[in-house]
Amino acid sequence: MIVRLEPRAQTPRWLEAILTLAAVVIALLIGAVVLAFVGGDPVRAYLHIVDSAFGDIGVLSDTLVKATPLILTGLACALAFRMRLWNIGAEGQFLLGAWGAGAVVLAPVLPAGTPAIIVIPAMMLAGAVAGAVWGIIPGVLKARLGVNEIITTLMLNYIALAWLQFWVFGPWSEGGFQQTAPFPREAWLPRLTDFSEEVPVLAGLTTHLGLVFALIATAVMSIVVSRTRWGYEMRLLGDNARAARYAGIDIARYVIVVFAISGALAGLAGMSEVSGVVHRLQDRISPGYGFTAIIIAYLARLGPWRVVLASILFGALILAGREIQPSGVPAMIQGIILFCLIAAEVLMRYRVRIGRPAVAAT
Amino acid sequence: MIDFTLILAAGVASGTVLLFAAVGEIFAERAGVLNLGVEGMMLFGAVAGFSVAAATGDPWIGLVVAMLAGGLLSLLHAVMAIGFRAEQVISGLALTFLGTGLARVLGDGLSSVGPVTTLPRFTVPLLADIPLLGPILFRDQSVLTYVGFILVPLTWYWIERTRPGLHLRAVGERPAAADAQGIDVVRLRYLYVLAGGVLAGLAGATITLAISPGWFGDQTTNGRGWIAIGLVIFAQWSPIRAAVGAYLFGAIFRFIIDIQGVPTILGVGNPFQAGRSATFFLEMLPYAFVIVVVLIGSRAALRRRVGAPAALGIPYVRGERGA
Repeated sequence: MIVRLEPRAQTPRWLEAILTLAAVVIALLIGAVVLAFVGGDPVRAYLHIVDSAFGDIGVLSDTLVKATPLILTGLACALAFRMRLWNIGAEGQFLLGAWGAGAVVLAPVLPAGTPAIIVIPAMMLAGAVAGAVWGIIPGVLKARLGVNEIITTLMLNYIALAWLQFWVFGPWSEGGFQQTAPFPREAWLPRLTDFSEEVPVLAGLTTHLGLVFALIATAVMSIVVSRTRWGYEMRLLGDNARAARYAGIDIARYVIVVFAISGALAGLAGMSEVSGVVHRLQDRISPGYGFTAIIIAYLARLGPWRVVLASILFGALILAGREIQPSGVPAMIQGIILFCLIAAEVLMRYRVRIGRPAVAAT
Repeated sequence: MIDFTLILAAGVASGTVLLFAAVGEIFAERAGVLNLGVEGMMLFGAVAGFSVAAATGDPWIGLVVAMLAGGLLSLLHAVMAIGFRAEQVISGLALTFLGTGLARVLGDGLSSVGPVTTLPRFTVPLLADIPLLGPILFRDQSVLTYVGFILVPLTWYWIERTRPGLHLRAVGERPAAADAQGIDVVRLRYLYVLAGGVLAGLAGATITLAISPGWFGDQTTNGRGWIAIGLVIFAQWSPIRAAVGAYLFGAIFRFIIDIQGVPTILGVGNPFQAGRSATFFLEMLPYAFVIVVVLIGSRAALRRRVGAPAALGIPYVRGERGA
């Protein structure tokens, strides 16, 4: 008796969907067992997650707030991974984006009193550019000098955090505290609750315009990747770099451009988070969005619209996870989900045959 | 004034952490398996070792448990990467998430645990009297630092000069040819990934039971697992170069801590004194240096045409082309 893996010629779509779903469910079950093992109450923990993430319109809105940066960073990872570029640096690009956006009002680049219609686009541009610069560094090193991008993007995460901390603790610190002064109102992205005078139902809802950016980015990416020549060449590079080289595609240019766009998306996520939620710079603006984004991209099987769905799931997990003790539980469950997804992907790519090798060989 | 002998001695001690992790990763990668889970395995080993040592009062038991813990986690990656032929980058990342999460769950409340008995430290007679090097390498070091000194030449000899080492290299460079020679590719890959995990667990315990005892959440490793992976590229998969890099980085880490305690440098106020914001630039230093060092490693590998093991990251399937 041996177990053999036979490659499938084609994977049916329904099988992909079922296996992905099964992977998440099994991961949550394993997570429950581990929780029970360390003395927690898994049923209460999960009910708490559902309740505090989808229980009423208020917390649903909070879940969408958490999903917003995840969608943008998730897209950043999905795009890079499509070309088999392992951008593990969305976290650092997010932080740089937040810093760039903050610089517009803190440096200040624009004088106080500039209207929102100018400040907000300037912050978006600054955030995207700062993120893109942080993405281009590993892109150029990879494309021109063959330096492994996993290591460089990871190291740049640590450098980005120290850079942000320098400004937050140093030049922009508010009275020596570990945060800057709050942004002026012109630098806040509009939230649903800001319209509660006209529509009373919206009172207290914190979902902000960043969600719209994220959905627009999703739509644009979905069209560009699957409907344009640029997207086609990029996918070809990811699937078969050798064939792409014979077709005369400039690989180095694609590597740099994809890294730049990936960084810009993550940078925009950072801008949206500080302008839409935090309204100032701190060193703890991300609970690891850029890392969760890696799992989201993988769970979504790199599809842009599926990134949105996966982001809502993980938004719920992060939101509810803030109150779950011990604090490592969400990170642990994320790891378990990722492993279950990997196992599920094996079942998508291979048929499992059980039998004696002699029989199987005939 | 800064005592450079003391800094270098402390650097060698803290470099031992990186050394164990890097040598472990060299084993796995030379066998053709990329394991990006080093940070997770280190943290898991660190917390397992520390909690067991705190509970039993015996750091040696903690050390053994830490190595088992690292090895156990690595098997998960081995099953995914070797057995299931999964994408090794993703599986390794998953291992880091899982290890970090598990460590934080298990370490909940451990940071308030008082001092534990650490592994013994001693001075090697005679060797400690060697001018310059003696006080740096052999005075009042942890027993694990000495284990590191012995491990490096042994690893080099094992990989480059023995028959099992030849098999290891064959499995990582040309698995199909190795298979044809009757070498069990899958079994060897499992073994060396396991060895890498055990060493990563040891690296974690080196922090919590010897070099800087205590549990500080995921700040305990603070990215040193990733630095070890960068070192492997810099070292071009050689344990000797990895040791040089590890001690160098250990010294940098120590220097960063020590310089913050100095009020003035050459009569000028020290801008990097603890509490000043410029210290954040100091904190960037090791990570920026890893990028430089990996850059150097990649350039040298390109020039000398010695690169990563040829089959690194590629699952082996008998009878398939390119595997």
